[in-house]
Amino acid sequence: MLDWLQGIGHRVFSSISRMGRATLFLWQCLLALTYIPQKPMLLVRQLYSVGVQTLLIILVAGTFVGMVLALQAYIVLVDFGAEESISLMVSLSILRELGPVFTGLLFAGRAGSALTAEIGLMKSTEQLSGMEMMAVNPMKYVIAPRFLAGLISVPLLTAIFMAIAILGGFFVATEMLGQYEGVFWSQMQAKVDFYDDLINGMIKSLVFGFVVVWIAVFEGYDCVPTSEGLGQATTRTVVHGSLAVLGLDFILTALMFNV
Amino acid sequence: MQVRGLSFSRGSRVIFDGIDMDIRQGQVTAIMGPSGTGKTTLLKLIGGQLKPDAGTVHVAGENIHKLSMKALYDLRRRTMGMLFQSGALLTDMSVFENVAFPLREHTRLPERAIQQLVMLKLEVVGLRGARDLMPAELSGGMARRVALARAIALDPQIIMYDEPFTGQDPISMGVIVKLIHDMNHALGMTSVVVSHDVGETASISDYIYVISGGQVVEHGTPKSIKHSNSKWVQQFMGGLADGPVPFHYSNTPLMDDLMPYNGRGEA
Amino acid sequence: MKTRNLEILVGAFVVLAILAMVLLSLKMSNLASYGDEGDVYEVTAQFENIGGLKVRSPVSAGGVRVGKVANISYNNQAFTAQVTLQLEDKYQFPLDTSASVLTAGLLGEQYIGLVPGADEESLQQGDEIELTQSALVLEQVIGQFLYSKAQEE
Repeated sequence: MLDWLQGIGHRVFSSISRMGRATLFLWQCLLALTYIPQKPMLLVRQLYSVGVQTLLIILVAGTFVGMVLALQAYIVLVDFGAEESISLMVSLSILRELGPVFTGLLFAGRAGSALTAEIGLMKSTEQLSGMEMMAVNPMKYVIAPRFLAGLISVPLLTAIFMAIAILGGFFVATEMLGQYEGVFWSQMQAKVDFYDDLINGMIKSLVFGFVVVWIAVFEGYDCVPTSEGLGQATTRTVVHGSLAVLGLDFILTALMFNV
Repeated sequence: MQVRGLSFSRGSRVIFDGIDMDIRQGQVTAIMGPSGTGKTTLLKLIGGQLKPDAGTVHVAGENIHKLSMKALYDLRRRTMGMLFQSGALLTDMSVFENVAFPLREHTRLPERAIQQLVMLKLEVVGLRGARDLMPAELSGGMARRVALARAIALDPQIIMYDEPFTGQDPISMGVIVKLIHDMNHALGMTSVVVSHDVGETASISDYIYVISGGQVVEHGTPKSIKHSNSKWVQQFMGGLADGPVPFHYSNTPLMDDLMPYNGRGEA
Repeated sequence: MKTRNLEILVGAFVVLAILAMVLLSLKMSNLASYGDEGDVYEVTAQFENIGGLKVRSPVSAGGVRVGKVANISYNNQAFTAQVTLQLEDKYQFPLDTSASVLTAGLLGEQYIGLVPGADEESLQQGDEIELTQSALVLEQVIGQFLYSKAQEE
């Protein structure tokens, strides 16, 4: 019994110390960001590997989500004779919730895990150590560019996801369900609020991007440098990152759309 | 470089307990000991990557653990080069880029000057022809040589070698031995070699420290070590299978394990 | 990866994202109508019950949107709901215009409908609309109906 309590206590303490490490790490990373204007190519390279390479999955997922949403909206609304509101249902869901959350989750899975694996591998092959001994701060050279790239990419990807999802919904509504184009757009333009819906959605995506890339980069940096440790770290990035997105989504939604 | 009273523990395991060492300028100093005694950890402590629990390390007159981050990086840049066991080349760059890396990061030399310097360094290790290969395409020995070229790119005063001979075929071994020796004497560097390859290391060292159980067991010139009084050192240096470090791990008699039931069908 | 190609792709990515944002802002939200406002003037109206009226709910006359609800507060002296209407300058209404809280469709959102009066003078900034009609609260209507039914018998 006592052992069990001890075990829990130990795990709580190690989790807390982990969070502490992660916060100190974040602080160092933010300081290291000042180095980037001198070496913009580092950032550009990371924007490619983190942002551009996630683009495909975002485009595909966005299209399908938008299309499915339009179908489901129709099925529900047609009973009330309210098919006109399809565009509203699609766009509000996408802008407020599905856009930021889906992008956050997809990013954690695709780019987050890649970041963790990459950094973790550099750690286990002693490249980070080597850099330190060559008097190049790995924070500045390796970590900070990846962090900033993630922070920039996620809102950009979210915007793309939102736009293409709504376009997907448009396609389904007009081609498959026989809606009029004019009705579709005018409903949206009347009721979707730029500040309350779009801007809030983008704020969410910024928060999600920050947290996911922080987790991804930290897990890589902090991992146990064995093949097993690397696998664990990558898994943790995806799981913790996804849960963080969902949890923060609840908090942000409650704050932003307070009833 | 002076190490005084260095102590370091990882968790509950004491790795070093009051180590004293003097690394003399211009000499090749070897640090030897059985695997697992934390020799790599020692290099990391000397290089400032780890902080000791007690004791000091002075490099070029500075207490490295009292330096600020910036000053530490500065010291590393000016004085130290390190060769890792695996080479630790940056995998997304070619051989040329890897050797050029410290030059590009720390100097403002024009590209042509950097090119010439890289060629010279690669020539020293005999790999100028491999300059466009990627690290994944190199053999282990070649990777280490490239890492060596990179370590000397800024002409450091001290070079630390972490297990440079481990896992090499005899020819590559000979190459590395020659390089370490030549660089030390031709370029006037101070070298610290951490290894458990007794023969090779002893052949090029000017001074040896033997470490075991977290302490310096013996130190001296290769000759004096060979005639050491300690039986353990003799076993280590001679590569003998049995001695103070026993061959058998277990200490119960063999018959106990062969016949656990004492021939009576009971334990 | 050749540097040149890399830069082009990253640039294309950023351009695509900006395009998406522009599309979202202009075509898929009401940003356009924010700019439309031009000059406005505000008048107030007191209601017994505003039902589900919200800030930014539309104000219409004859079915055409002429402004929006700028503010809703409770007048603790008169014990009524005080609504501030923001009307576009190009629409002028007589002093005796009436304002009612109406529902769009059967179960839709609530808006304020203006029925113009006959006065020569027009409402100015800060004036108050005297004639108001509160929202129909469904329960009250049903209650009234049941009550009148009971009366008949």
